[in-house]
Amino acid sequence: MISFGMSEDQQLVRDSMREFAAEAIRPLGRECDENGTIPEDFLQSVWDLGLTSTQIPSEYGGGGEERAPVTNVILLEELAHGDAALALAAVAPSQFANAILDHGTEEQKKKYLPLFCGDRFHMASLAILEPSPVSEPLRPRAVAEPKGEGFVLSGTKSFVVFGDRASHFLVIARLEDGVGAFIVDREATGVTISEPELNMGMKGLTTVSLELERVEVAAADRLGGDSGADVAQIVNNSRVALGAIMLGLSRAVLEFCIPYSKDRVAFDEPIAKKQSIAFRLAEMHMECDAMRHLVWQGASYLEQSLDATQKARMVKTFVSEKSLWIADNGIQVLGGHGFIREHPVEMWFRHARTLGVLEGAVGV
Amino acid sequence: MIDFTLTETDKAHLDRTRQAALICRKYAREYDENEKEMPPAELPEAADFFANAPALPTPGSEDSSHPVRMALDMMITNWGDYSIRLKRDNSALGNAALAAAGTTEQKEKWGDLTLSMAITEPGCGSDPSRVATTAVLDEETNEWVINGEKIFVTTGIRADAVVLWATLDKSAGRGGIKSFLVEKGTPGFEVPHKEKKLGIRADDTAAYVFRDCRIPRGNLLGGDETVQTKNSGGFRGVMKTFNMTRPMTAAFGHGIAEAALDFTREQLESAGIGIDYMAGLASQTAAAEKFIRLESLHEASKLTTLNACWMAGEGLPNNMESSVCKAHAGSSVRAITQGCIEILGSLGISRDHLLEKWARDCRIIDIYEGTGEIQRLIIARGLLDYTREDLK
Repeated sequence: MISFGMSEDQQLVRDSMREFAAEAIRPLGRECDENGTIPEDFLQSVWDLGLTSTQIPSEYGGGGEERAPVTNVILLEELAHGDAALALAAVAPSQFANAILDHGTEEQKKKYLPLFCGDRFHMASLAILEPSPVSEPLRPRAVAEPKGEGFVLSGTKSFVVFGDRASHFLVIARLEDGVGAFIVDREATGVTISEPELNMGMKGLTTVSLELERVEVAAADRLGGDSGADVAQIVNNSRVALGAIMLGLSRAVLEFCIPYSKDRVAFDEPIAKKQSIAFRLAEMHMECDAMRHLVWQGASYLEQSLDATQKARMVKTFVSEKSLWIADNGIQVLGGHGFIREHPVEMWFRHARTLGVLEGAVGV
Repeated sequence: MIDFTLTETDKAHLDRTRQAALICRKYAREYDENEKEMPPAELPEAADFFANAPALPTPGSEDSSHPVRMALDMMITNWGDYSIRLKRDNSALGNAALAAAGTTEQKEKWGDLTLSMAITEPGCGSDPSRVATTAVLDEETNEWVINGEKIFVTTGIRADAVVLWATLDKSAGRGGIKSFLVEKGTPGFEVPHKEKKLGIRADDTAAYVFRDCRIPRGNLLGGDETVQTKNSGGFRGVMKTFNMTRPMTAAFGHGIAEAALDFTREQLESAGIGIDYMAGLASQTAAAEKFIRLESLHEASKLTTLNACWMAGEGLPNNMESSVCKAHAGSSVRAITQGCIEILGSLGISRDHLLEKWARDCRIIDIYEGTGEIQRLIIARGLLDYTREDLK
C-alpha cells in the first residue's frame, strides 16, 4: 500500500547525515570547487562511516546489511544538501560495488567486493558516458567484439569519476546483440587514462576520460558471466541516485534563498515580501517536494526489484529539469550576488547543469 | 515503510472504478455539447454493469476510506469523465464542510442531503474574509435573516441545500464569518441561473440570491454564535476543510491529465512512434521526448497529491502539503493537457476526440478551491514564517 512514511532507521539516517553534511561537507564545498580536488581526509572520513561497506554481505567482509536503495536516497539527499560534488564523491565507490553485488557472478563478488571492505578508501569506477551527442547509456559507441572465449573492447569513455585512482572500471559497451558491462583493470594493455577533465561544475570531483584501444577482457570479467548483466538496472540505479543528489542540491538553493530574501531590503522592505520573490520560493519548494516523491518511488521500485526503467527515467527527466530551474532561479533571487563566487549559489547552478547530463542527456 | 505499490484488493477495486469510469466517458461529449442538459443519476449501462459485476472486494476495516484510496479512486473516476459521475451521491463540498464543522445533531439531520458550498460573491473570490452576505438574528422568531448573492456554486442546481458563508458583523472581518445551512425551497432563496462555462459543463454551477431568507437559529453550522474580534475564530476551522478538499481537487486534475496522456500515447503508438525510456535526445523523436517530459511531470505531481493524502490519513498536519499539491496540480494538468494537444496537432483540437475537452475541463483545477496564487501565498508564508500581514 502506498506510504510515504520513513522508518525509524531512515529518520535516524536522515538526521545523522544532515548533521554530518552541515558540519563536514558544506564548509568544504567552495574550497574543493576552487582547488579542483577533494581532501583525502574527507574521503577517508566518509569511508569510515561505512557508506560503501555496510550493505555488502558479511561473507565478503562487509557489514551484512540489506541493500536499501530507499535509505540510500534519503542519505544522498542530505549529503548533497551539503555539497553535490562531495556527495557524489562519497558514494562513488558504491556505484561500482553495487553493480557487482546486484549482477556479479559468485566469482566476481568474491574477487571484487572485499576491495570495498578494507580500512582505506578504495575506488573503482563506472564508465558509462561518452563524449558524443549520439551516445546514450544503452547505445554506447564503445564496442565489445568477441575474441576467443573473451572480448576486445574499443572506445572512449568520459566523466569517469575518480578514474585517476580507480583500480578497475566497469565499462558499458555494445555487443552484437545488445549491451554488456565489462570489468577492466586499470593496468590492462590498451587502457589510457587522461589527465583530469576540466568541467563546468562538480569541479572538486576528479573525472577522467578513458581510451580503450583493443583492450582484451576475459570472459570471466563480463559482468554476470555468460548470461551478462541487466545493464539498464545499473543505469536506473545511477539515475535515481543522481536524482537524490540533485534534490539535495535544490533544497540547499532554496534554503539559502529563504534567509537571504528576508534579510535583503529593497524599496524599504525585505524582498521576500514581494510576491515575485515569495512565489518563486513557493514554487522552488513545490518542486523539491515533487522531486523527492519521484526519487523515493524510483528507489522503492529498485528496492522491490520491480522494473524501474520508466520510473528512473521520470526521475532523470523531471529532477534534471527542476533542479536546474531551481538553481537558475536561486541566482535570480540573489541578483548580482547570485553571480558572485562569494556565495555558493553560482556553484550549485554549475553543479546542477553538470549533474543533469550524467547517465544520458534528456530534454529539459 | 515507504512504498508505492498497490495491494491486490486495491487493484481490484480500482479496476472496477475504471470500468464504471468508462461508462461515464461514453456520455462525456454529449453533455459537454448540450450544457443545459443534466446527466441522469444513473446511466443506462450502469444498471447492467452493477447487476453483472462481481462482488466488491471487502477492504479491511481501517482502509476503506483512507484518503490515499479516496484520491486514487477520484483520479480514475475523473479519468473517465470529470462531471458525469456514475453515483451522484452526497459527496459535494458542502458535505465536507458539514462533516468538519457541524454538530452531531446537524450531521444526523442533513448528512443524507447533497450540500453545495457557497462562498464566492460577485465582489469577493480569493479573499473570503470580504464576504458581504449578511446573517442577522431575529430574536423574536429565533431565526437568521440572510441577505446577499453567491456565484460559482458548484453542484448548485442539483444540491438539496447549501452551506453558505455569511457575516454576523462586517467590522469583525474574518472573525464575523459563519457558515449556515439553507435548504432549497426556503422562501427568499432563489436560484436565478446556471453558469455557462469553458469546461466541466456537465457539472452544474449556479448563482444564488438570498432576499430576507429566514432560516432556523439552529442552522448555524457548529452552533457557535460568538463573534471573535481578537482572532479569526471559527474561520480557521472552516479553512481546515480545505486541507482535505484541496488534495481531492488536485486528484480530479490528475485523472484528467492521465486520460490525456493515455490518449496521446495510443495515438503516437498507432502512428508508429513508441516511447523508449532509455532513449535520449539523439535517438528519439521530439514527440516521444516531449511525451516523457509530460508523463514525468504528471507522475511527480500525482505523488505530491498522494503524499498530502497520506499525511491526512496519518493524522499529520498537512496544511502546506495540501497547498503544494493543489498548486502543483493546477499548473501541471494545464501543461500536460495543453502539451498533449501540441504533440497531436489537429487531432488534439478536434471535437471528434475528448482531448480538447480535457484541456478545457482541467483548466478549473488551478482556479477553484483557492487559485494557484492563493496556494503560493500560503506556501510562501509557511516557508518564510510570515503572517498574512507580512505577505499579502
